[in-house]
Amino acid sequence: MTTIDRPATGAEAPGTEDLDHVDNDHKPLGHGRMLRKEDPRFVRGLGRYCDDVQLPGMLHLAILRSPVAHARILSIDTSAAEEHPKVVAVVTGAMLAEKGLAWMPTLSNDVQAVLATDKVRFQGQEVAFVVAHDRYAARDALELIDVDYDVLPPVVDVRSALAPESPVIRDDLENKTDNHVFDWETGDEAATAAVFDRADVVVSQDLVYPRVHPAPMETCGAVADYDRVEGKLTLWSTSQAPHAHRTLYALVAGLPEHKIRVISPDIGGGFGNKVPIYPGYVCAIVASIVTGKPVKWMEDRSENLMSTGFARDYVMRGEIAATKEGKILAIRTHVLADHGAFNGTAAPVKYPAGFFGVFCGSYDLEAAYAKMTAVYTNKAPGGVAYACSFRITEAVYLVERIVDCLADELGMDPVELRMRNFIAPEQFPYTTKTGWVYDSGEYAAAMRTALDLAGYDALRAEQAERRARGELMGIGVAFFTEAVGAGPRKDMDILGLGMNDGCELRVHPTGKAVVRLSVQSQGQGHETTFAQIVAEEIGIPPDDIEVVHGDTDNTPFGLGTYGSRSTPVSGAAAALVARKVRDKARIIASGMLEVSVADLEWDTSGGSGAFRVAGDPGRAVTIQEIAMRAHGAGDLPEGLEGALEAQICYNPSNLTYPFGAYVAVVDIDPGTAQVTVRRFVAVDDCGTRINPMIIEGQVHGGLTDGVGMALMEMISFDEDGNCLSGSLMDYLIPTALEVPHWETGFTVTPSPHHPIGAKGVGESATVGSPPALVNAVVDALEPLGIRHVDMPLTPSRVWDALQGRPTPPI
Amino acid sequence: MQVSMSVNGEDVTREVEPRMLLVHFLRDELALTGTHWGCDTSNCGTCVVLMDGEPVKSCTVLAAMAAGHEVRTVEGLERDGVLDPVQEGFIQCHGLQCGFCTPGMMLTARALLDRVPDPDEPTIREAISGQICRCTGYTTIVRSVQWAAAHGADESVGSST
Repeated sequence: MTTIDRPATGAEAPGTEDLDHVDNDHKPLGHGRMLRKEDPRFVRGLGRYCDDVQLPGMLHLAILRSPVAHARILSIDTSAAEEHPKVVAVVTGAMLAEKGLAWMPTLSNDVQAVLATDKVRFQGQEVAFVVAHDRYAARDALELIDVDYDVLPPVVDVRSALAPESPVIRDDLENKTDNHVFDWETGDEAATAAVFDRADVVVSQDLVYPRVHPAPMETCGAVADYDRVEGKLTLWSTSQAPHAHRTLYALVAGLPEHKIRVISPDIGGGFGNKVPIYPGYVCAIVASIVTGKPVKWMEDRSENLMSTGFARDYVMRGEIAATKEGKILAIRTHVLADHGAFNGTAAPVKYPAGFFGVFCGSYDLEAAYAKMTAVYTNKAPGGVAYACSFRITEAVYLVERIVDCLADELGMDPVELRMRNFIAPEQFPYTTKTGWVYDSGEYAAAMRTALDLAGYDALRAEQAERRARGELMGIGVAFFTEAVGAGPRKDMDILGLGMNDGCELRVHPTGKAVVRLSVQSQGQGHETTFAQIVAEEIGIPPDDIEVVHGDTDNTPFGLGTYGSRSTPVSGAAAALVARKVRDKARIIASGMLEVSVADLEWDTSGGSGAFRVAGDPGRAVTIQEIAMRAHGAGDLPEGLEGALEAQICYNPSNLTYPFGAYVAVVDIDPGTAQVTVRRFVAVDDCGTRINPMIIEGQVHGGLTDGVGMALMEMISFDEDGNCLSGSLMDYLIPTALEVPHWETGFTVTPSPHHPIGAKGVGESATVGSPPALVNAVVDALEPLGIRHVDMPLTPSRVWDALQGRPTPPI
Repeated sequence: MQVSMSVNGEDVTREVEPRMLLVHFLRDELALTGTHWGCDTSNCGTCVVLMDGEPVKSCTVLAAMAAGHEVRTVEGLERDGVLDPVQEGFIQCHGLQCGFCTPGMMLTARALLDRVPDPDEPTIREAISGQICRCTGYTTIVRSVQWAAAHGADESVGSST
């Protein structure tokens, strides 16, 4: 097996070893490297993003936001704004309250203010909106609104949020007397304590995973167009989950669901930022209903960074117990989670901490326990975003940092420690001590592949030489197991909506096809990969398969794209619906060839699918011929309907568990404390690989996010709750100069329960790279006796560590 | 005020507010929506266009400042139905995912190749360092520019993919 960069070998599964050799640009069917079908429009500037939607008579909406973190609203004077010649409407929370629309439910069964009525609870919160004839005038009019605030003391420090003297943020909630959101635990507390009591070695470490932000290049926005004659709302919005949004709008606004059409056009990156429903979307809908005109709302970058779904913000204490020989026995953690002013976390209902329960990592433990307390603070809501796979970023960071701390304590190489404790291939399916059933894994093989690619032994030798010269070179290793593809409907729902995905496939009379998905691409290339999945099963070339997505009027219901769930759930649906159509095609073929279905063999060797008579391969009908017959006037086998199409809704039996081994090499300038990522080797195993080119792209993007989080990015606040990271001048995102030339490899361990053996990969690198990078920096600082430094590892923070005073970022 | 400029070889004149940004002039007045907007602080570079052959961030150029100049946008890269090698390179090397930063990246690459026909990797990275891509991690963008360099940076080679 090879990648573009360099060869790699690893665990191979029967029947999959040739996939990555296939250049699908020269092979008409199925899995392989195929150029993307969406690219010709994007390279011509012909993508159609939300802000590109222009409708006749369209008005522009701008939102007035709170300048302070916590204040009571005494009065709002909109009269001057209303007199602006280009202003059509000015709307406040009080006006929304009259219609029962001032509050909306969050994805975690909390409520969030659409426009503040009583108090503002974070800087940047929505207070009023203006609708005007152009976007400049709408912004001008915001300056004319006069709000009188009675400023209240804010809750900024998560650690003191539950102190008795802390102001109560959510006094809108009945009988609320503190800032507590929820407590959550998993694992066996007593059993874990018992293991810790008898362990030879116990290491504990405080870790902060700072608040970060997905900051997609396209900010969030919407165009609402309410047709008052038809009573129909069409909403173009930057949504990763158009069907779920449609249902929620129906439930919130009382609009009949069949009269709501949500269109997610081309989306300029999502990363979880575009999963929630934001007040701006609701404002645009209200504005269109009120004015009778189409209304566009596009937030600016500061609004995006200050008010929309952040990620992480976990203060963790990790503990690990082991024998002195390096057998890991148990992991225990206590977490303080900052959820901001409203609990807007997007996670399945039974999983308020997302999938943080996978903190057992890739290791065979005797016991594990986690306890979490979530609190409100005067900060923006959110929490699950930025390619985190529902909090797996936090869990993997915890376990991979604490394992490195243990290696340091034991004086053992961190690779050796991991190798000794991996779950063995024969233990799969493996149930962790927190109840997750890992489907398949060949962990040691992936680790060896990464070490070979990196030249680990040579790197260690080089490090010894450099250390002797006083240079700071670090090598960091991380190994992760993800849990992606939410999810089985018996366990997982969001606000009561099961996390399943529909798929519909129609083959037209001439043998061309259209497949309709319930998930939505934000750059993942679904128009290509889903055509490949269907092509592999039905024998129609991917170029002859149109992929329709992102439009609730034209696609079956499903929960959308996030948590790396498109391939595990919707990809399975696409494969199975194609098999269902192929089964029907087989029956039609049996009639055409006048043989029993049992005598037919499926064959795709000729560049398109065909059924051949066993033992008489000259007698065959192609899928295209079958399609024409299905729609023709001739007889069909007894009891068979015409047409060649099917629809299914896929309910996964389990999540899929991709994994990977990452090696980071960093150099630290002792004079400036600048960290340079010299090399990064990523070996990913996502099971069956549909399009290796796209997988590599997903991994590269996630690794870059990881560099951002580990070294640069943080949403920070001052003591008054002012957001200090409200622009891209203050919130630093990696450019081409901060990241290395990525080196990737792979192994293939198919998922046993996924129809084509595939697992999700979109977030693997975001999950796995931060601990590898932090481990590398700490490894570089190891001669100075430093065991841990919190992210982001900016020069000033690393400098402090070099001076012997590493401090947490919050 | 009245503003006239050349956009993709065509002379255009519009009556606009003096404060109108070039990015909004292109998008809203000329319906050239291939030029995107991503920040207010000229950090992200999704709005990059060429002005007299040099990359500029059109969110920090007033339409009035572009008056009398030659502006080239992503819509002007394709010539007579033939893609610019940079466009072809981005397709061949998976230099884009969501496509939002892509127009700006390609225009910067075009300007670079006009100046340096065969740039090495550090030169390419330096050239695009004023722009942010959240999807690709830049390695494939570097490859895309190298592909373009190897396949006719003089714009004489390309396909109609």
